[in-house]
Amino acid sequence: MVCEMGDDYDEDMDIEGVSSMWPEDVGSESGKRFTMEKPGLDKDMLEEVTITEDISQVDFKRLLELTSYSEKGSSQLANLVKNWEYKQSNAVRLLNEELDKLSRQRQEVELKKLEILEDHQFEGDAGDKRSISILDEVYDIWEAVPRRKSNVVVQNKRIEIDAEYDTITYWKQRAMQLEKLLEASVQREQTLMEKLQENIKTLERQSSPVEEFSQILKRADNFLHFVLQNAPVVIGHQDKDLRYRFIYNHFPSLQDEDIIGKTDVEIFTGAGVKESQDFKREVMQRGQPGKREITFDTGLFGSKTFLIYVEPVFSKAGDTIGVNYMGMEITDQVLKRERMATLREEIAVQKAKETELNKTIHITEETMRAKQMLATMSHEIRSPLTGVVSMAEILSNSRLDREQRQLLDVMISSGDLVLQLINDILDLSKVESGVMRLEATKFRPREVVKHVLQTAAASLQKELTLEGHVAEGVPVEVIGDVLRIRQILTNLISNAIKFTHEGRVGINLYVVPDPENPGKTEESHQNHISDQSAVAENHQKEKNCSEASHDQTCNGCLEQNGSPDEGPRTPVKHLTPADESQASETTVWIRCDVYDTGIGIPEKAIPTLFKKYMQVSADHARKYGGTGLGLAICKQLVELMGGRLTVTTKEHCGSTFTFLLPYKISLKREPQDGPDELYDMEEHEIVSDANNDDTVACYFNFRPRTLGSLFSSAESMGTHKPPPKSFGYDPLNKLKIQSEKPYSFLSSNTISRESDLDACSVTAAVDSVSDIESSLKDLEPSESYAVCGGKTCQSNSNILKNPMIDSHDYGETCMEVDNKDEPTKSQVACQGQEQETRSSQISSCSSTEPPKSDSKPRILLVEDNNINVMVAKSMIKKLGHDIDVVNDGVEAVRAVQTHNYDLVLMDVCMPVMDGLQATRLIRSFEETGSWDAAVEAGIDRLEPSSQLQPNCLHAVPSRKRVPIIAMTANSLAESADKCLANGMDSFISKPVTSQKLKECLQQYIPC
Amino acid sequence: MDVNQLQKRFVDYTTTLVQEKGFLDDQFNQLQQLQDESNPDFVFEVVSVFFEDTDRLLNELGKTLDQQNVDFKKVDAHVHQLKGSSSSIGAQRVRNVCIAFRNCCEEQNIEGSLRCLQQLKHEYSLVKNKLEYLFRLEQQILAAGGSIPTWNE
Repeated sequence: MVCEMGDDYDEDMDIEGVSSMWPEDVGSESGKRFTMEKPGLDKDMLEEVTITEDISQVDFKRLLELTSYSEKGSSQLANLVKNWEYKQSNAVRLLNEELDKLSRQRQEVELKKLEILEDHQFEGDAGDKRSISILDEVYDIWEAVPRRKSNVVVQNKRIEIDAEYDTITYWKQRAMQLEKLLEASVQREQTLMEKLQENIKTLERQSSPVEEFSQILKRADNFLHFVLQNAPVVIGHQDKDLRYRFIYNHFPSLQDEDIIGKTDVEIFTGAGVKESQDFKREVMQRGQPGKREITFDTGLFGSKTFLIYVEPVFSKAGDTIGVNYMGMEITDQVLKRERMATLREEIAVQKAKETELNKTIHITEETMRAKQMLATMSHEIRSPLTGVVSMAEILSNSRLDREQRQLLDVMISSGDLVLQLINDILDLSKVESGVMRLEATKFRPREVVKHVLQTAAASLQKELTLEGHVAEGVPVEVIGDVLRIRQILTNLISNAIKFTHEGRVGINLYVVPDPENPGKTEESHQNHISDQSAVAENHQKEKNCSEASHDQTCNGCLEQNGSPDEGPRTPVKHLTPADESQASETTVWIRCDVYDTGIGIPEKAIPTLFKKYMQVSADHARKYGGTGLGLAICKQLVELMGGRLTVTTKEHCGSTFTFLLPYKISLKREPQDGPDELYDMEEHEIVSDANNDDTVACYFNFRPRTLGSLFSSAESMGTHKPPPKSFGYDPLNKLKIQSEKPYSFLSSNTISRESDLDACSVTAAVDSVSDIESSLKDLEPSESYAVCGGKTCQSNSNILKNPMIDSHDYGETCMEVDNKDEPTKSQVACQGQEQETRSSQISSCSSTEPPKSDSKPRILLVEDNNINVMVAKSMIKKLGHDIDVVNDGVEAVRAVQTHNYDLVLMDVCMPVMDGLQATRLIRSFEETGSWDAAVEAGIDRLEPSSQLQPNCLHAVPSRKRVPIIAMTANSLAESADKCLANGMDSFISKPVTSQKLKECLQQYIPC
Repeated sequence: MDVNQLQKRFVDYTTTLVQEKGFLDDQFNQLQQLQDESNPDFVFEVVSVFFEDTDRLLNELGKTLDQQNVDFKKVDAHVHQLKGSSSSIGAQRVRNVCIAFRNCCEEQNIEGSLRCLQQLKHEYSLVKNKLEYLFRLEQQILAAGGSIPTWNE
């Protein structure tokens, strides 16, 4: 049986290329089959061709039953019979035709015969011809024909006889002729007989219907085999118990006896078998053919998917007696289809996502457009509004009665509010639309803190203490967007002030380890941590004793700062030069706490705290006003700069807003920064050249050691805990002292012009002064403080220790104090200070000439346009300042060479030398201390027309950085960038207005 | 005409110049605000200087543009000056022409420059007339014993 398998293949059929639908490892038997097929093609197979057994496995008995009992079978039989009958009738028809032909020939012969007879009759008795005819009765349709024919024949025949009528010869001839005819006719008759015999014989030889049927069947079978040869199909028939009665399988793995008579379930096991059986059963029950896809996973042939067609087979009586089924393996197709489906699904998902994204983009675009519009609108509103507000402000400077002033005040404050709101909106939309550009400029954090507090103090209307702590370790100079940082600080501080009714508001600044890369430098890390805790403690303490008097608070601070348990802090730790010079640029994280002892924030409001237009409650909004944009802007700005803004708060106790920002520190200028630091740096830096770098780090927290170096006469003061530098503003002072020039104490920084600024930062409160003072007494018994009528002011004590190079500054400071601070304004307290300052000044300056007398102008206007000069001059005068005017850059440089200015207003576009170059030259001097660059640019040093001696000339201009404000006709960003890049600090767009000038001056010089 | 009427006319005229015709802008108000007892003729002085300067500059411009090879740098410098001063006194229409003029300079466009110069002269004479009228009004007010109405009053 196995061997016969191969017989079915034609020799020219190449089955090797067709992959088997059965797995190669199905079983030993099937394996054998496949191995046989391959070599068998051209050799053995041919020899065995004789056997034509097919591979179908047949239960013949059943087939017979099927054909006789099933409707389909009988109809098939009927078909065959019909076919056969048709063929038979065809054969009959052919035979009949043949017969017809023969009969016609025979008729002809008969006719001939008749003719002959007629001829005879014609001569003698031709009358009874008819009775002779044998075919007359059979073919009576021919009745008429012979007569006519015979006539013709008779005529013809008659002519053939050429002998004389009625002679013997004639009759002889005639008799011979007839004899011949007779012979021929007999012959014909014989042939016909033969043919007839022949036909009968062939008829006999004709095959039986059975034979024909089987031939037909064989042909059909072959045809089917030919078609199905390589098709991955299984055809089968199962009886009503679903036992296989017939199966055709091209790649059988089982033999007949394993299949026939068994059900699916008996043959296979595994997934899908039961399902297929059930399906067959279902088809049988329904009596309707059906298709289904079934995935099998059987041990026999692995995992395959088949499309199965099952049709019921009915008996003649209409009962279902089984099913025919046909299966085709479609595993690959199913796989493909599934892959397609997956792909389609993915595409659909993709498309959905795309649509979603498009929608989002659309929405975003819309939003952006809306925001842009808002920004544009805001801008459009701002311009005229600025006009309104500034006019109102100018109006407020004029003589007004009380009612008018009140009205005007309302007008101005409302205008300011709207302006602020618009500015906020603009800022926000700038940040959100990504057009906000961050500048990276060097700035001094201490200065920023100081300025912010100072500005806040200037407009303070409550009895609050403002203070600022900048911890050691905070670099003197960092790189960042100072404007934005200032904005954040100002915002937070003004918020804090707004919500604080009593107590204090302050800023703590200290370095923390990189939150993303903690533990970078162990040392500084520790240091910072302790700083932090110390500050936190401070803060706590301050809160605790907010009710207590200020001096107590301050003492508390002192103790906190110096208490011995703060181990890490006592040995001063700083970034050593080695640390810092590792890279030319390092990042430092500075944490800034803005704390207050105000109303705090209820917990439920915290989540929305940083949302736009959100305030803690409508109540608060009514009570405190504001737009609710401030914190949102702060947060956005901080995040834009890569930092975090957080808040800790307790209702009724206060809040602390904390932001952490990374700053870059440029260390390039490290080697030569000594003199450069003069401006805002601690003087002791210069004094204590031994540990130059250390002093950088201990600006506000004086350690015993640094104290020692600072106050050389106070080495023994190690046990003293000086307070951190604190910027405070005492509202009492403000109220009392019109000049708004309170005095700082313990500031090590009053030497320069900045003394004015420093002066604004004041002790916690007047009451506390005496306390601190007493500590100061110990520190500096010989100088620097004075007690006047219970109120004390002391200027900084260490003027004497300043290097000579600065002595002229002191002189000027001194002069200015004389000029500006009229006794009535500065009050009692200041007198002492002035004297003190002057005396120390004089002593320190003893080796140099007294300061020049023409140092009065503090603002230098550099402008070439007459009209602009007139207008600006008038405006500045109106603002209460004196100005010097020069007309080009060269003159500006010369003016700066010979005078000290607090501010330079510089036109950018000027003949001879433009403002940018002039600024560069001035900056170059400030950095290097020499005017070489200016000389190179062709500006000769002017011989001093004043009483200054040549050797003093070098020392005259302060090397502190003078703020230079550009006045540009074009306020576009690029122009501003240019100004800033050339060392200018800010710019005013032209035409200059009083308002712009005022804002600018306020920022850079104390009013 | 009594003082009040004159004053009213003065204010109205100023307002018209600023608001409707656009000859002047806010900056002129700034000037007016800078004028006070200590500096009673401030506006007049400034504007006079402006007239002088502008006359000179226009003259220079005419000459410079008349030359064979026009020195556009020089022209631009003059126009820059004029732009600065006109913007300082708030003569915004003059200033606007200056802006266009400078663009022409940048393009080295002689025809455009000449056109701009014509326009500049025209605008200048217009604003000059207006301002002179304003000053006459001022004189009349002062002569009538009134004070110049400014924002400060």
